[in-house]
Amino acid sequence: MSKKPTIELRTSPHAHAGGDVVRIMRNVVYAMLPICAFTIWQFGLSALALLLVVTATCMASERLFNRLSSQPSSLGDWSAAITGILLALTLPPGFPLWMGAVAAFAAVALGKALFGGLGMNAMNPALIGRAFVQAAFPVAITTWTPAFFEGRFTSFVPTTLTPPFLQPPVIGDWVTSVTVDAFSGATPLALQKFEGVQMDAMDMLLGTTAGSAGETSALLILICGLYLAARRMLDWRIPVLVMLGAAVTAGIFFLIDPVKYPDPLFVFLSGGLMLGAWFMASDMVGSPVTPLGVVIYALMIGVLTVIIRLFGGLTEGVMYAILLGNAATPLIDQLTQPRVFGEQRVGK
Amino acid sequence: MGLFDLFFGLKTFAHGIHPPYHKDTADKPIRRLPFPPQLILPLDQHIGKPAIPLVKKGQEVVRGEPIAKADGGFSVPLHAPATGRVSGIELMPTPKGPKSNAIIIDTYESSTQEVLWKQPREMSELSPAEAIQAIQETGMVGLGGAAFPSHLKLTIPEDKTVDTLVINGCECEPYLTCDHRVMLEHPQALMRGIRYAMRATGTSQAIIGVEDNKMDAVEILRDHLPKGGSIRVESVETKYPQGSEKMLIKSVLNREVPAGGLPADVGVVVNNVGTLAGLGRLLPEGEGLIERVITVAGPGIVKPGNYLVPLGTPIRHILEQVGYEGSRTEFILGGPMMGPAVSAMDTPITKGTSGLLVLNEPSIEEESHKIWPCIRCARCVKACPMHLNPSILGQMAAKRKYEEMAEDYHLNDCFECGCCSYVCPSNIPLVQYFRIAKAINREQAA
Repeated sequence: MSKKPTIELRTSPHAHAGGDVVRIMRNVVYAMLPICAFTIWQFGLSALALLLVVTATCMASERLFNRLSSQPSSLGDWSAAITGILLALTLPPGFPLWMGAVAAFAAVALGKALFGGLGMNAMNPALIGRAFVQAAFPVAITTWTPAFFEGRFTSFVPTTLTPPFLQPPVIGDWVTSVTVDAFSGATPLALQKFEGVQMDAMDMLLGTTAGSAGETSALLILICGLYLAARRMLDWRIPVLVMLGAAVTAGIFFLIDPVKYPDPLFVFLSGGLMLGAWFMASDMVGSPVTPLGVVIYALMIGVLTVIIRLFGGLTEGVMYAILLGNAATPLIDQLTQPRVFGEQRVGK
Repeated sequence: MGLFDLFFGLKTFAHGIHPPYHKDTADKPIRRLPFPPQLILPLDQHIGKPAIPLVKKGQEVVRGEPIAKADGGFSVPLHAPATGRVSGIELMPTPKGPKSNAIIIDTYESSTQEVLWKQPREMSELSPAEAIQAIQETGMVGLGGAAFPSHLKLTIPEDKTVDTLVINGCECEPYLTCDHRVMLEHPQALMRGIRYAMRATGTSQAIIGVEDNKMDAVEILRDHLPKGGSIRVESVETKYPQGSEKMLIKSVLNREVPAGGLPADVGVVVNNVGTLAGLGRLLPEGEGLIERVITVAGPGIVKPGNYLVPLGTPIRHILEQVGYEGSRTEFILGGPMMGPAVSAMDTPITKGTSGLLVLNEPSIEEESHKIWPCIRCARCVKACPMHLNPSILGQMAAKRKYEEMAEDYHLNDCFECGCCSYVCPSNIPLVQYFRIAKAINREQAA
């Protein structure tokens, strides 16, 4: 042997399952791409612009905070991109771009960098960003655009290009000019809550309704979520139990008064429940690590979502339910420590 | 036990991992390697007090002769693995890490493979106490890797009663096949050893647990079972770390050793198949433990196989015989999950060494991924066979809360199997954190 070989010294184990954080994150991004494509097809240029601006702002903010804290760039872990895409998917498609950028900055700054970056954040950054703009721009965030409006690939929704720091224009007239049938500008949830009209389940399943950019097609979200679950990159228990919690709670109220309260299937398919359950509640960072904790956490989110929807002032409750679930996670983890092998059960 | 396992009647424990097993040497019969020119025999090849040398520099020894005596009950003697001359007693590298005193023997070139020193005895005439004494005299320790003196393991504490002897034939570490070969090639010696152990411990039943990737061994052992049904063979799920005492007891008997307790607390004593096959061969002959079977394998080995080598053989000699390749290599003594890596080519094979594994570039690359922050994915929680919470333990270790780890999160129940590090997508060296935490706690307590 001409060259002296180097002898490596490492601690055991000397084997690894392979796959790392980056691969998980990258796959989450892949799983969201079909949803992005669908939303662009549905809402056109505005949705595309919103996705790009929000995601780019998230990544730029991440880089900025890396700089400020003299850390190497963490863009390579894809987590900032996930936050950006998820955030954009929760916003109304015609949301002013400058407000989207504010939401993105808030998401990374308040939701992530403040806590110390990847893995350290207490709550889902995308939802922190959305909660921020929900409070800051209550009108813009409840201004909806009809799906599949005419000219969506050649022109923007008027609100999209609102100049920074200005309020978006009222789009009622524009909406009537671009829709064939009379569009009330309301989401299925708002229709149900305020007007007592229940949208057809098939429309919600396929996503031909108004709503936040990425929340409209329950079926597509389900398929994308199942892909991640099949690749073991999310814990399927969380989305399943969130939906179970929501369905059971809704079912109880539906049985009490079927006229006043929506049926469980509607609750299931409307609003952000699917996206929230599959892509946000299941976020590993904010969910418990203990097996029992996961069950409590997921059921709690499902129940809270329905309670907020039915009794709160807002039409949608998924966001706050998940944020509350995130906030409760450390406590849930603490209280549900697994029984260690060989440990005697109390009282035994 | 999960629903799945119950449904299929598979004997197993909860959690654990399924690494690639790489049992490519399973069909390689045990072969002898030529004796090395020099043997390095550390006095502390076992857990407990080091042995006391009986030989001086320059003294001639014959194969099988005692060269160090046990220092009391918590120690075992050492025998000369080959005929030769003692060239000194010096500090030498060991698989454990720190150097320790070792008797060095320069072997004679024409040294015979016949054992020249033995004291044959009739085992059936011995009382249990005399049998324990005879076991100590063989210098036998747990050959699975723990190197705990066998006579101590087979001595049941007075306040405990033991009904079952469990014989560990799992060999759950990837690559290793030496126990598998011993079961295939020496079933009679194993059965003899089991009978001796049963008599010494007063147990009425014995269960040999073998992972179900070694069904050929299961069949051969079943063919050699004595009549009467006191010994039986159970196949258990192939899953790491099935070969851990506590896991195996759970799998074959569904008994759970209490945290911090011993198998004797649930009426069980566990021995490795290699250990009992060794006792079955050595005890009637009155010989000492002077050689053992090791698996030499891994992507860096040219001629992988199962080799019978004298204790004290430096890994350099083995590697010269079997050949290895790679510009970056890692030498591991034992299996890849728990075996230590060594850098000194003089490091000898000791009683507890079950294998020599050589990894080279691709597998080393695989080990050296970047460390990311914990993303709380809980894979470690689902992998830990002790049902600990490595995720939170790892975070506490990073904050140096070592005492709290032990007091509130059962750190001391961790037996360092490596499952958590293996599955961690952030490549956090969790096990290493836990080793450090335990070592610091031990230091604080001392």
